[in-house]
Amino acid sequence: MSAAEVHEVLPAGPGPGSRPSGDVAGQSLWRVAWRRLRRNPGAIAGAAIVAVFVLVAVLAPLLAPYDAGALPGRAEVRPTLIPGPSDAYPLGLDRYGADLLSQLIWGARASLLIGVLSTVLGLLGGMLLGVLAGGVGGWVDSVIMRLVDLMLSVPSLLLAVSIAAVAGQTPTSVVVAIGVVQVPIFARLLRGSMLAQRGQDYVLAASSLGLSRRTVTMTHVLPNSVSPVIVQGTLMLATAVIEAAALSFLGLGGGSPTTAEWGRMLTAAQAELEIAPRLALWPGACIAVTALGFTLFGEALREALDPRQRRR
Amino acid sequence: MVRLILRRLALLVPTLLGLSVLLFAWVRALPGGPATALLGERATPEAVERINALYGFDRPIVEQYVRYLGQLVTGNFGVSTRTGRPVLEEFASRFPATVELTVLALLLAVAVAIPLGYLAARHQGRTLDHLTVVASLLGVTVPVFFLAFLLKYAFAVELGWFPSSGRQDPAMIATHPTGLYVLDGLLTREWDASWDALVHLVLPALALGSIPLAVIARITRASVIDVQSADYVRTARAKGLLPRHVRDRVVLRNALLPVSTTIGLQVGLLLSGAVLTETVFAFPGIGSFLAEAVFNLDYAVLQGFILIIAVVYALVNLLVDVSYGLIDPRIAR
Amino acid sequence: MSEAPLLSIRDLEVSFRTDAGTTTAVRGVSFDVRAGETVAVVGESGSGKSTTAAAVIGLLAGNGRVTGGQILLDGVDLAALPPTELARLRGSRIGMVPQDPMSNLNPVRLVGRQVDETLVDNEVVPAGRARARTVELLEEAGLPDAGRRARQYPHEFSGGMRQRALIAMGLAARPALLIADEPTSALDVTVQRTILDNLTELTRSLGVAVLLITHDLGLAAERAQRVVVMYGGEVVEQGPSEALLRAPQHPYTRRLLAAAPSLASRRIELAKQGVLGADAVAADLLATTAGEHGHGAAAPAGAAAGARADVAARGGVGTPLVEVEHVSKVFSLRGKGLLARSQPFTAVDDVSFVVPRGRTVAVVGESGSGKSTVARMILGLLTPSSGRIRFDGEEVASGDRVDRAAQVRFRRRVQPIFQDPYASLDPLYTIYRTIEEPLRVHRVGDAAARRDRVHALMDDVALPHDLLRRYPGELSGGQRQRVAIARALALEPELVVCDEAVSALDVVVQSQVLHLLADLQARLGLSYLFISHDLAVVRQVADEVCVMQGGRVVERGSVDDVFERPATDYTRSLLAAIPGRGLQLGAGGDAA
Repeated sequence: MSAAEVHEVLPAGPGPGSRPSGDVAGQSLWRVAWRRLRRNPGAIAGAAIVAVFVLVAVLAPLLAPYDAGALPGRAEVRPTLIPGPSDAYPLGLDRYGADLLSQLIWGARASLLIGVLSTVLGLLGGMLLGVLAGGVGGWVDSVIMRLVDLMLSVPSLLLAVSIAAVAGQTPTSVVVAIGVVQVPIFARLLRGSMLAQRGQDYVLAASSLGLSRRTVTMTHVLPNSVSPVIVQGTLMLATAVIEAAALSFLGLGGGSPTTAEWGRMLTAAQAELEIAPRLALWPGACIAVTALGFTLFGEALREALDPRQRRR
Repeated sequence: MVRLILRRLALLVPTLLGLSVLLFAWVRALPGGPATALLGERATPEAVERINALYGFDRPIVEQYVRYLGQLVTGNFGVSTRTGRPVLEEFASRFPATVELTVLALLLAVAVAIPLGYLAARHQGRTLDHLTVVASLLGVTVPVFFLAFLLKYAFAVELGWFPSSGRQDPAMIATHPTGLYVLDGLLTREWDASWDALVHLVLPALALGSIPLAVIARITRASVIDVQSADYVRTARAKGLLPRHVRDRVVLRNALLPVSTTIGLQVGLLLSGAVLTETVFAFPGIGSFLAEAVFNLDYAVLQGFILIIAVVYALVNLLVDVSYGLIDPRIAR
Repeated sequence: MSEAPLLSIRDLEVSFRTDAGTTTAVRGVSFDVRAGETVAVVGESGSGKSTTAAAVIGLLAGNGRVTGGQILLDGVDLAALPPTELARLRGSRIGMVPQDPMSNLNPVRLVGRQVDETLVDNEVVPAGRARARTVELLEEAGLPDAGRRARQYPHEFSGGMRQRALIAMGLAARPALLIADEPTSALDVTVQRTILDNLTELTRSLGVAVLLITHDLGLAAERAQRVVVMYGGEVVEQGPSEALLRAPQHPYTRRLLAAAPSLASRRIELAKQGVLGADAVAADLLATTAGEHGHGAAAPAGAAAGARADVAARGGVGTPLVEVEHVSKVFSLRGKGLLARSQPFTAVDDVSFVVPRGRTVAVVGESGSGKSTVARMILGLLTPSSGRIRFDGEEVASGDRVDRAAQVRFRRRVQPIFQDPYASLDPLYTIYRTIEEPLRVHRVGDAAARRDRVHALMDDVALPHDLLRRYPGELSGGQRQRVAIARALALEPELVVCDEAVSALDVVVQSQVLHLLADLQARLGLSYLFISHDLAVVRQVADEVCVMQGGRVVERGSVDDVFERPATDYTRSLLAAIPGRGLQLGAGGDAA
């Protein structure tokens, strides 16, 4: 059995009760996870990437050389020539004469905001449904899970497109569309996690203390079930940023052609691919690197919270 | 096994019914209502009124739904506002292109990802492993349409090795009995047509295959690492099984079980990705047609395509489950 | 006798590389196994016994390696052999029967093929000609209907059948040495017995030497000619089985012997004797683990007397506390097929017994006997399909048809202790919060009073107070089980339901916990319902026994009657299966 194997590998001590004592605060799951994260290069790299982009987004007014949507180089753009990097425009101009660097910096704001808001929406909605399904059970569970199956029966991008089409072509509708698409994923995950915890002995022990089902759910089952949801939420931030760009690419992002948003910039660059590939490279790289940051951090978090390592 | 299939098909019915309710409600929630869905965003109020009366959109909602359901059952998914052709016809004419693209993308992904994942697991913690992990991270985080851009720019625009758009050279004259161009060429012995179609598929399939490649490589790696430390692998070695038999009969055979499930789940991602990839490469499949429908707010196409895609998606997943039952003896037959 | 040993381990050292650095799991281990001889290596988890076995067959976990000494098989040092040559010896010269039959067969390959390939890859028979031999081997390992069974998958086998298949594989190429790592500890006792008998018979007739790894001293003494006792990665004592059992030299061996339930033959007499005498015994036994035990065992005599008076006031020792009358539980299993019709499955069938106040009633049975279902019904976590369970005269109800206040009152009086100390504590709660929770839920006292009570409970279960701020993940299995006991006792219940409460613990820790339970019973006048598969443990703790088989109670009576004069064949077979039964002990008896 594997538990026995683990013990065999551990240094042989003189038996139980011999652990170093002293008035030391215990190591909770989250504290242990934090310690593991700090030692994981992937987590540090991911956190650093995310921190940089968040800082850029917050400090955009200070960092960006030009205002959002400003077209300082409009006069310099020709149909066959889009000026490249220069002293005035560090990364060059775009088709409309906007400064590419400024657009990228302001774009960080839009893209991160959409990503974070939609994930928060999906997380809240999903957790609510998940808690209802996993906590109440019975017909509530059945109804919710049928709804979840239904939503998952359509490929995610098509679902997002349908919702965005109803909600109108605005950034808000993009947030709603991406958020709603995430709801069934979080709901299913949390429900599954809760059902797995519900069979554990400590839950039975809590029930035997005379706690009501609701109290057991809220004080024992739920707190022990959220870690996979939090991991998934971190990973989902990456997906949300990418999906937001995809919706923009399909023309559902709203805003004008000069709106600073990475997905829209990437889409607009398609026409100039042959004369100015950098217009596609920069926003594309920004999306990929941001997504990479969230993914690295999420994967590291998953490892740090791995229940298989909890027993150590 | 037959029972499993029948039961799954039976379960498909309520899902599709639910979906039809949602799509029905969706069209009625559209700004402008169902008439807009038929006529497009720029319809005149008079036309809307005429359509409302003609299609009974002023009738009670339940009656309308029953009627809608009746149309669906008889294969009437409405007419595209943009092309004026029936939605089902539009779907049927473009579906083979997308099948060809997604199948090739998935084949490429599986062919590369499984050996890569296995080797990474065998060399866990070494360079090849790190490279695989990084590559699979990039595969997930680089947006598929951005990758499509990059491939198109590098290999079509700059190097000119591959065509940058379409399914077939416009100058090519070929017959298409099945609609699967590569297969058609082989069937009719028009080798050049087959080759031409294949060349057109390479870049889109590479771009589209990047996501499943990354996911499958990762799952394979994790699964092999997991299985390697299983008790039965240790026992297989203890009883003197030859190393290649341990690898093929024990490690791979067990490690690929979760991988096969993952491959099934990729179909949803592939269909989503096809919308974007086909658009970048102007590849005439259902994806690019859907993207155009979104641009033009061609709701009848959206509504019909989503329903058909849900059916296809469910059938593919059924197929995956059935094949899973064949390779895992623990699944009840 | 004087011939060179088959296997000779000399000064073996095995180390593991971990995040925290290199740890040595086994050091200075030396012993011999002669051809045809059975040698048992005995120890608790963490003793290094399995690591030693893994080193011999060259299958240490990835981060472990032999860092010193020699492993000589026929005079060839296995530790110095290149991996490919060592691999050639596996199967053909050294066979293995692993511990857990559930996880050791390739789940996606027919059992017969798994034996075939062992024969072919070890070049016993050419490819394609293995089947006849495979069937012979499976038959020889005691698998009935081997020809048909060979064409089945492992999941169609019971645990015992799987273990037989593994034995067939381990012996397929007729190795000179067979390593049997806890070969039956995952099986029911009766199955255990027949499989061990078969294995002993087979290896004796084939002249195969066996290196038997086990935690059970009784089993080791019964099956092996010589015993090697390991502790903390080192060999503390070795010698011929009988001599070692009769006159153990090392204190640890004595402790192990004293704790081994299979070798004890008497109830832990704390409650019945004079309190002073009981304390003396407990103190003697527990002194060997000084540091873990506080003042709990040395409770003042007055406490026990007081508790008894208390019980007497409630209705008197021996009057019925729990009455189980004709209780059945039927589950519906989901059927297979298109129109899945659920099938009834009777887990508990017309069971009746009584738990008297201040006494311990044990329900014993093998897996699937329905004993845990009985426990869950008495705890009110499951509702009986028919029959009645009364607690102190009132019917136990569960589910929706209870009024909440009665439910809460009931909960205060009946508490469970579960089997797995890893799973029974909420990993996110500190020990303090875990023990305080029942008090908080039932609004007992204010914060300060609750803190005092938690501290008193920690003293009761002999845990140091500085553990209170820790989390379950940081405690050992024995410590966690003590925490679970403290939590169960927080509300001063009258009945404690112990569902396999000591089954997951090592023998020495198990013995400590059993003594703790006996001590608490004496002091607090508790009644126990003790659910267990282990008759040897039951013998030590119970006053009365119900033997369950297939959902029914097949025998019921006082522990002495059932153990000395079993009335049914089933009980007799259970008793006969206890390893080490009938061995004459020396020092072991003195300590217990």
